[in-house]
Amino acid sequence: MFGRVLALVIKEFLAILRDGKSRMVLVGPPLIQLLVFGYAASFDLNHVPFAVYDQDRSIASRDLVADFAGSRAFQQVATLHSPRQIQSLIDSRTVEMVLDIDPRFSRDLLTHQPAPVQVIVDGRNSNTALLILGYANTIIADASTTWATEHGGAAPPAQLDPRALFNPDLDSHWFIIPGIVALLTQVVTLLVVGLSVAREREAGTFDQILVTPMRPLDILLGKSIPGLIIGMVEATVSIIASVYWFDVPLRGGLLELYTGLLLFTVAVTGIGLMISSIAATQQQALLGAFLFMVPSIILSGFATPIANMPPLVQDLTWINPMRFALVVIRRCFLEQPSFRSLSGQYIAMAILAVLSLTAAAWLFRKRSV
Amino acid sequence: MTAATEPATPSPATAAPATALVIAGITRHFHIGKRDIVALDGVSATTTPGLVTGLIGPDGAGKTTLMRLIAGLLRADSGSISVFGTDVRADPLAVQGMISYMPQRFGLYEDLTVAENLDLYADLQGVAPATRAARYAELMQMTGLASFTTRLAGKLSGGMKQKLGLACTLIRPPRLLLLDEPTVGVDPVSRRELWSIVDHLVRSAHMTVLLSTAYLDEAERCDSVLLLHEGKMIGAGPPGDFTRAMAGRSFQARSARLSKRALQAALVPLQGVTDAVIQGEAVRLVMDAGVTPDFAAQAKLSDAAITPVTPRFEDRFVDLLRAKAGTTASAKPVATALPPRARPENAASQVIEVDHLIKRFGEFRAVDDISFAVKRGEIFGLLGANGAGKSTTFRMLCGLLPASSGRLQVDGFDLRTAAPTARGRLGYMAQKFSLYGDLSVMQNLNFFSAAYGLTGARRTARTAWALDEFELAPLRDATSRDLPLGFKQRMALACALMHEPDILFLDEPTSGVDPLMRREFWQRINTLADAGVTILVTTHFMDEAEYCDRLVIMARGRILAAGTSEQLKQSCRDAAHPDPTMEDAFIALIEADDAKSNPRAEAA
Repeated sequence: MFGRVLALVIKEFLAILRDGKSRMVLVGPPLIQLLVFGYAASFDLNHVPFAVYDQDRSIASRDLVADFAGSRAFQQVATLHSPRQIQSLIDSRTVEMVLDIDPRFSRDLLTHQPAPVQVIVDGRNSNTALLILGYANTIIADASTTWATEHGGAAPPAQLDPRALFNPDLDSHWFIIPGIVALLTQVVTLLVVGLSVAREREAGTFDQILVTPMRPLDILLGKSIPGLIIGMVEATVSIIASVYWFDVPLRGGLLELYTGLLLFTVAVTGIGLMISSIAATQQQALLGAFLFMVPSIILSGFATPIANMPPLVQDLTWINPMRFALVVIRRCFLEQPSFRSLSGQYIAMAILAVLSLTAAAWLFRKRSV
Repeated sequence: MTAATEPATPSPATAAPATALVIAGITRHFHIGKRDIVALDGVSATTTPGLVTGLIGPDGAGKTTLMRLIAGLLRADSGSISVFGTDVRADPLAVQGMISYMPQRFGLYEDLTVAENLDLYADLQGVAPATRAARYAELMQMTGLASFTTRLAGKLSGGMKQKLGLACTLIRPPRLLLLDEPTVGVDPVSRRELWSIVDHLVRSAHMTVLLSTAYLDEAERCDSVLLLHEGKMIGAGPPGDFTRAMAGRSFQARSARLSKRALQAALVPLQGVTDAVIQGEAVRLVMDAGVTPDFAAQAKLSDAAITPVTPRFEDRFVDLLRAKAGTTASAKPVATALPPRARPENAASQVIEVDHLIKRFGEFRAVDDISFAVKRGEIFGLLGANGAGKSTTFRMLCGLLPASSGRLQVDGFDLRTAAPTARGRLGYMAQKFSLYGDLSVMQNLNFFSAAYGLTGARRTARTAWALDEFELAPLRDATSRDLPLGFKQRMALACALMHEPDILFLDEPTSGVDPLMRREFWQRINTLADAGVTILVTTHFMDEAEYCDRLVIMARGRILAAGTSEQLKQSCRDAAHPDPTMEDAFIALIEADDAKSNPRAEAA
């Protein structure tokens, strides 16, 4: 039995590596995704275009505008002279924020009264709008404090002194890039395993294997081991790129990280085999892989927190191995989690792996022998 | 190299140009990856208007490429083609206005009815609505589809689909009709009907037809033939010219003492023998030019009765190929020797038994209550058109598909339920080349020997045997996808024989391969059968059926008749068919079956 499985594994690797197109699938898309996510995907706002409608025209108001324009987050693109201009600039998306300074701004400041500043934001993208408001609040709060200390006014009664643990600069890349490790591992494993049987069905070689004395279990193993190995290699390459290219710190132990990755890849292999045993053609298999992939990424907490989802949808995430893999990978990158503290995730992935492999074996028997 | 000649027939009563098609020095290469394939190599030919010209050659000869070049769908690397005096390259649209092209897989919409398919193609061809009704009626009457206009195209039989495809192609009557293998895999009755439609078109509508086929027996139905082989034109002219060239060289040999296989094996290596193939219970013999079949000197053949027979097209093809290949390749004896094995079973035991086997797909009975048995060392054939149920039967026997009911046993096992090791007695060769194309020859051999559980010294020995026996050693590192068709076939057989199976399953083993390759292949199979290997073959080739010891003829999931090819042929002998062929027998059986299952239609 071992000899047969080994022969299948060798054959599978030869088939993938000798075919230029299959080789490309292993290198091209992961590389593109790594670059796209690594550079382009970020939750941080930079250079938000904004306009100023300064009705006060005082030293104080100009200082406030300078605080905005000088921050990395904002970039002033227009100066307005009439309130009517505001609407058209927002409508045309020329600016995402307008800073409207009241004519009484400096007078109120000098008389130690609350000085009103209006911030108008484009609410069409609610997420960006909230971030802009947050940044604007910080800048205005800092300006108030500075004014108070310089002009002897009463300092605010309580002061916020934020300090982020694990990611002191709150660099969102540190959150996104470890997620890509899980994403790439899933994409590549699913494609390699999911398409392999369908490719053989199309070529007629699957019948040729089925008439040999190989058992369904031999074939199942022979098909999953290459996917598993390729998935782990892919994970390792993206981990190395995260650490040495994107400078994301890897603080946790490799044992904890790889235990999680291995269980995750086994679970994904099981899902790939399920797709493989159902799909008759490569096209169906590809469709099946994507049908699984898109919801699994959204339901994994890769981009949006699971805690934000409605309760029923949250329940659905329990059958998604990527959900648990993300927790393990992210914690291993930024924390130093103990093996025990991750055991919940490990057990969950192990259960999913057993379930998906059993289902795959059952479907496989049903479809083939 | 090109032996293209002007067709000798004078064209009767043709008004306008004397030639329909002028092909001059056409060469076309294809580049697939790093490979350079010469599909057509300096092909020149002309065809006469108002005649059926057959473009004949095995798979890979370049037939489809030439058709597509004529239709202006491809561009030639060099050379020119003109259709009724218009150059294809200069004015492809004008040429496309004169021709209709029916590709091998015609694009019928299976979810539309027959009438809707016609409407669609009428719209695409821009046929005026006013003229449609009359044209449809004419086409439906001609193809016999009139009573099926509301049926979905997907629910038609293979032959009917082909006829509907032809009707759609003919919606706008062309001057030149290009038909790419219209009869492949079609049952003999539909095949005969397709041919009568083509004849009708030529005789009454004065259409010019270029029809490609890999069936050599169809050559004799053409007015003129272009014989293509490996991208080169190796013969052109009326089919009579081909057979006349063989006059006095074709014989039939029978021997009371020797079995047909022993007789063939004795004849093949003899000096002066061009060709010797099994045909029914006899051996068809073709002698070299000027050599008389006198085997008095051969003690073994002393009782062989040699009678002259009418030459056929295939005799000439083999003769041309042998001349081309030179003497070295001629009749090389192949010996697929198997090491002697202990065979405890008695020779007459039934190796394959099928009893009231039924396979249903929903309401449809793909295999409908069939029974047959195959003895050890027998070559047994399942003959039928595409869709007759032979592949379904075959797959059930291999254990690839469960039976709905009935009993089937292969070497005492139902492979569906038996332990996987039971499959180790079985060798399987699929119709399509189904080895790993990306792997090299050696890697494929290694994989399949491991898959069959060969280890250690036995594995080394068997791999060496395969490389040596099938002359694959020089190609051991070649990527198998790039091998020529003949070598792919050898390799597939090598992989199926690695584990020395007792039973060999062959699915359409030589469909579309050239006659020499087919002979080489069957020589190996004969040797195996003599060594006691039981062989089950499915085929839609009437010729291939001749190689079988016994066969069953299948249609619509049922067995119409069983017996030796001689018995089947003799069963339909009558005044109209004094010397019936396998095809005559097949047609007679289908017609008798139609009459039985639908007596009212017979009466009407």
